[in-house]
Amino acid sequence: MYKRKSRKLDEPREMEAKVGIIKRADGSAMFKIGNTIAMAAVYGPRNLYPKFMQNPEKGILRVNYNMFSFSVSERIRPGPSRRSKEISLVSENALLSCLNLEEFPNSVIDVYIEILQADAGTRCAGICAASMALADAGIPMRDLVSAISVGKVGDAIVVDLDKEEEDYEGGSTDMPIAMMPRNGKISLLQMDGNMSKEDIKKALELGRNTCNKIYELQKRTLKEKYMVEVENE
Amino acid sequence: MGKILIEDKSIAVPGEILAEGMDFLPAGGVFRENDKIIASQIGIVNIDNRLVKLIPLNGRYSPKKSDMVIGDVVNITFSGWVIDIGCTNFAVLPIRDATSDFIDKGEDLSRYYGFKDIVVAKISNVSKTNLIDLTMKGPGLMKIKGGMLIDVTPSRVPRIIGKQGSMISLLKERTGCKIIVGQNGKVWIKGENFESEKKAIDAIRMINNLAHTTGLTDKISEFLGGSENVQKKEQETG
Repeated sequence: MYKRKSRKLDEPREMEAKVGIIKRADGSAMFKIGNTIAMAAVYGPRNLYPKFMQNPEKGILRVNYNMFSFSVSERIRPGPSRRSKEISLVSENALLSCLNLEEFPNSVIDVYIEILQADAGTRCAGICAASMALADAGIPMRDLVSAISVGKVGDAIVVDLDKEEEDYEGGSTDMPIAMMPRNGKISLLQMDGNMSKEDIKKALELGRNTCNKIYELQKRTLKEKYMVEVENE
Repeated sequence: MGKILIEDKSIAVPGEILAEGMDFLPAGGVFRENDKIIASQIGIVNIDNRLVKLIPLNGRYSPKKSDMVIGDVVNITFSGWVIDIGCTNFAVLPIRDATSDFIDKGEDLSRYYGFKDIVVAKISNVSKTNLIDLTMKGPGLMKIKGGMLIDVTPSRVPRIIGKQGSMISLLKERTGCKIIVGQNGKVWIKGENFESEKKAIDAIRMINNLAHTTGLTDKISEFLGGSENVQKKEQETG
């Protein structure tokens, strides 16, 4: 049976969140889980150019996921890659379900997710940061989005895999999930590896519990920022 | 019978359930899902009898009819001027609402308002698709010359103006500056000298940062000290 050294199997790594870290952006946030750090900045809603991309019925959301070249142990080539394009797309779809873009015709909301330090679970950290940044920008949302990766390492179902667990010799499966915790709707579900139907059900249940914890942290962080503002006054 | 799940005047974040039951009505910043009323923005909860409302703490300016706004000219077209008032879409100032002069076909419109000119205008109409029409016809609407323009949070503009304009008249009286506050969070200040303008800007920034506290008028009054006119009179008589 696979065992973890410093934490339980259903325990996520230590989390930290901050809001309003980038002054020039309309909204921004940082989300840290273990050694993974993601930053997100939101600009807009603003006018969309080129004009042919405008949609007079509703606004559009553009998400850009990027890893800094120094974020991993071996330098990665900066700029877009096949992987970062895919993650941008799935993050966009994960965030889109909580936004009501019909209020912003002909305009765009730009979300930039930057990974400062990567130790697995970067897309989940990115989505958590981005949803906080969207709330910080004052964009109407149905709910915040929380995300966590669950999976199977060896023969154990675990929550929040780190890089070491992802590369486990006994075989590992990684399944990132993003959800809106208020009604429990899932907006991102991917899987890399093999898992049985029963294992997926168990993993989803664990992920759901962890997402609720992240949701509490996100709400607390957002409230704290404005609470401080109110108290200082 | 429904119930309120959050304290009045506390901070809510998107997705937070504020009230349950069909006898409560959702107003600005909230929405209804089944029988629950849920916040859609970060803001301060305001419960007025059966009405549940959220006063947003951030976000861009959302245009409303008959608001006075300050903006700059970003483009000139055949039919009028395109003006940036700091919300998502640009506003349009048509020729017929801009001036009562007769303008001939093909005349150079930059004679009236050129690029980067700053204008105080009133919103005459907002369409469902967020098209904004401006007008220059009304008292106090004009092109701005000189002075300084600063940005404040649009949701805090009511505090800068104060009840029946108490705060703004205090600022004008104590600093001797001309001040115009646009509902879109732009404030124009023009004084006789730099010192008085600086004082007014500091006071407005202070109001912007302290917008949620009570007794703000007293604090600002203390910050500004006595009025220049009063001091001058004291010197003359003393």
